[in-house]
Amino acid sequence: QEAAKYEKKVMVLDFVTPTPLGNSWGLGGTCVNVGCIPKKLMHQAALLGQALQDSRKFGWQFTEEVKHNWMTMAESVQNYIGSLNWGYRVALREKNVTYENAYGEFVGPHTIKATNKRGVEKLYTAERFLIATGERPRYLGIPGDKEYCISSDDLFSLPYCPGKTLVVGASYVALECAGFLAGLGLDVTVMVRSILLRGFDQDIANKIGEYMEEHGINFIRQFVPIKVEQIEKGTPGRLRVIAKSTKGNQIIEGEYNTVLLAIGRDACTRKIGLDKVGVKINEKTGKIPVNDEEQTNVPYIYAVGDILQDKLELTPLAIQAGRLLVQRLYAGATSKCDYANVPTTVFTPLEYGACGYSEEAAVEKFGEKNIEVYHSHFWPLEWTVPSRDNNKCYAKIICNIQDNERVIGFHVLGPNAGEVTQGFAAAMKCGLTKEQLDSTIGIHPVCAEV
Amino acid sequence: GKNEYDLLIIGGGSGGLACAKEAAKFGKKVAVLDYVEPSPQGTKWGLGGTCVNVGCIPKKLMHQAALLGSAIKDAQHYGWNIAQPVHHTWSVMAQAVQNYVKSLNWGHRVQLQDKKVKYFNMKGSFSDPHTIRGLTKAGKETIVTAENIVIATGGRPKYPMHIAGALEYGITSDDLFWLKESPGKTPLVYYPFILHLYEIIVYISLTGSSPDVSLECAGFLTGIGLETTVMMRSIPLRGFDQQMASLVTEHMESYGTKFLKRCFPTKVEKSESNRLQVTWKNTDLRTEVTDSFDTVMWAVGRAPDTETLNLETVGVKTNSETGKIIVDASEATSVPHIYAVGDITEGRPELTPTAIAAGKLLAQRLFGQSSELMDYDNVPTTVFTPLEYGCVGLSEEAAVQCYGSDNIEVYHAYYKPLEFTVAERDAAQCYMKMVCLRERDQRILGLHFIGPNAGEVIQGFALGIKCGATYPQLMKTIGIHPTCAEEITKLHITKGSGLDATVTGC
Repeated sequence: QEAAKYEKKVMVLDFVTPTPLGNSWGLGGTCVNVGCIPKKLMHQAALLGQALQDSRKFGWQFTEEVKHNWMTMAESVQNYIGSLNWGYRVALREKNVTYENAYGEFVGPHTIKATNKRGVEKLYTAERFLIATGERPRYLGIPGDKEYCISSDDLFSLPYCPGKTLVVGASYVALECAGFLAGLGLDVTVMVRSILLRGFDQDIANKIGEYMEEHGINFIRQFVPIKVEQIEKGTPGRLRVIAKSTKGNQIIEGEYNTVLLAIGRDACTRKIGLDKVGVKINEKTGKIPVNDEEQTNVPYIYAVGDILQDKLELTPLAIQAGRLLVQRLYAGATSKCDYANVPTTVFTPLEYGACGYSEEAAVEKFGEKNIEVYHSHFWPLEWTVPSRDNNKCYAKIICNIQDNERVIGFHVLGPNAGEVTQGFAAAMKCGLTKEQLDSTIGIHPVCAEV
Repeated sequence: GKNEYDLLIIGGGSGGLACAKEAAKFGKKVAVLDYVEPSPQGTKWGLGGTCVNVGCIPKKLMHQAALLGSAIKDAQHYGWNIAQPVHHTWSVMAQAVQNYVKSLNWGHRVQLQDKKVKYFNMKGSFSDPHTIRGLTKAGKETIVTAENIVIATGGRPKYPMHIAGALEYGITSDDLFWLKESPGKTPLVYYPFILHLYEIIVYISLTGSSPDVSLECAGFLTGIGLETTVMMRSIPLRGFDQQMASLVTEHMESYGTKFLKRCFPTKVEKSESNRLQVTWKNTDLRTEVTDSFDTVMWAVGRAPDTETLNLETVGVKTNSETGKIIVDASEATSVPHIYAVGDITEGRPELTPTAIAAGKLLAQRLFGQSSELMDYDNVPTTVFTPLEYGCVGLSEEAAVQCYGSDNIEVYHAYYKPLEFTVAERDAAQCYMKMVCLRERDQRILGLHFIGPNAGEVIQGFALGIKCGATYPQLMKTIGIHPTCAEEITKLHITKGSGLDATVTGC
């Protein structure tokens, strides 16, 4: 959309290869269809369930039994996503960007072959190319995984309630999904191979896990599934999962209605003909290394988003990188995407907002004696009356002593963590120091003032 | 002779307690006098001051109760099956809130004890610059002397004394949070087999354009199902950005609160049915109207609590118009060794966090060899109306006045919180704007946000503004997705361009 502003002739090829179970979706990519948007809406549904419980303590009265209807929620969410798909198509049309619902792959220099759903092929040439194909969920590679398990690609449009669910994985996708499924009243188990939220601050990751456990989610740690069998067909059916310990020979079995795999995502770079044009990819991860101007090793081919090597997999980052790239190409701008201090939020039942270094990373980079960690538990005012946990919400900042106690890491665990963290990220971009933080007046009573 | 205490503080509220606890850290001998004169309706409360007892805390909790009412409605769109009827019981909420407040009173007493601060439940007044006369409820007198004295007695709601019946029949925020029974009528018996809800048979009238109190209260009263009317003579949220103020009231109107604009009451009487009859004049239509309500609440401003302090005896100067104590940048009054912090001081924001910060810094300067003064610039604040409004820095009007409209740029956007989509909620007033200097680095002068969790959104940005944040720096900040706050980092449409400022999330 940005390129079209500069009156360039732009084409977008978008194609969704159906999931093993046959699921597909419209224009917009992961975020809109099977990521951020449906995730946050279902998370919201779960939060509202909690709100219903709280509301009784605040004087609201209604029937004791409150049940959740998956279909009502899934339908509303899908309708909203449909409106976004539509909105994108309209926006592209208005901006004179040609859109083809076809699978693109390079066949030669400056040439792409686009194959649509019906198998019709067309060739297109362009001066420049931008690869932004993103990723798809990884499968375990065990018997029964593709036939019987679902992934996040299927979950948000599941036409039936998933029932008793086993979530395999400890990524934020796994924990967020486990979190809202439990919040909607389902029996949820999470099977974790080793640690939670790899790459995130581990102190906080453990607090998140603890909170989820205390609120009814079962964790099976240090096990991996080795086989999935179908006991009974249905919507949902019944599945048997056989898992092996990572520490020995112990085998366990469990029965679930649904098995959700969330063990990671793989870049969609293997089957788009990159070898034909010489674009180098990391053979192991499939990701594309680029320079700080998002350029691949082939000068006229660029890449943005989740497929980039060593960059955070986040929507706003992809958007920013994409926009700035185009402004550099066509508007003479020089601004590069700033990948430092990119804030993020994990929408687990107890939300986690972070910006900058984790405590471990800070210690590694600067040395333990050169950093100072300030921390505090807090009790959101809204949790007092309904007697919710009073020692779970937590905030910590990590400061670099040698650089004027500059804030290099910000972490908050609590309600509305995303809203809280956003402004702090902006402040960190301005070089926030501990002194400035201390001298800023808090808004009262909110969580963020802590 | 030698003074008994190093520091004596009159007033056990946000400012006073913060100052006391900080001073105690330096090993000083500290005493706090706190006394609550009952309201005209007879309401009183414990240690902690306005914020804890009749301000921020109960207000936010009742606001939360109202928000939860909306959440119940939203939940149904998200698949939760809730059988009607759904109704709200004031006494359950009030008791829960009051219990929590009482736990805070208790907590403060324990904290003072732990820190070895002496607490007197007495009303203090000056005998001389180092001597305070304390009077208990029973009339027992105690004389206390101190090297330094801090006045932190805060304020109390005003009554519009020129309106007949105002004092006898009206309540204020001092009373609202402590009401045991609903300010509106509720049926004495609830018939379980009648599926239809009880009717809301309440009218509450709030008058005056005093800050947020009236609007916040009207907001949550409406939210818990009471029929609420706000009467105001002129503009709402005086002192705040007026564009934002009107969006806030617009939302309240669509939310169900009735507004009687450009009206003022002339008298309040009791009717035979024991309801309150209010007569008012409409300045636009030049008519006089009378109607009945169950409760009338006044929110016409707060008056500093200085009357019984005997300030004239010691020569502490007050502002002749407002009655507030005049202090310099170090919180010192016109009399050496006598200081003042909090709502009682002239020209300061009436906010808890500023009182706390000022109290702490004062103690640090007096006893801790610090010279740091309180910075009252860029203090963020939030109005907890049904659709919340958070802001930091200058309003658009103030910026124009200060720098000239040619020298400022205003970026703005109407947005829709993701959570409103499935809930089918109207987001017409969800709006944000950033006022920047046009020249050079485009420093941000003011940030205004209306939407859910406004306080949480604004807090971090206030920090940024403290660091001298500029528009380019904000634009370099990556947004967190999906949140409302990320829209701030994406503001790009200027008012000057005249373009439609509606943005879509994804």
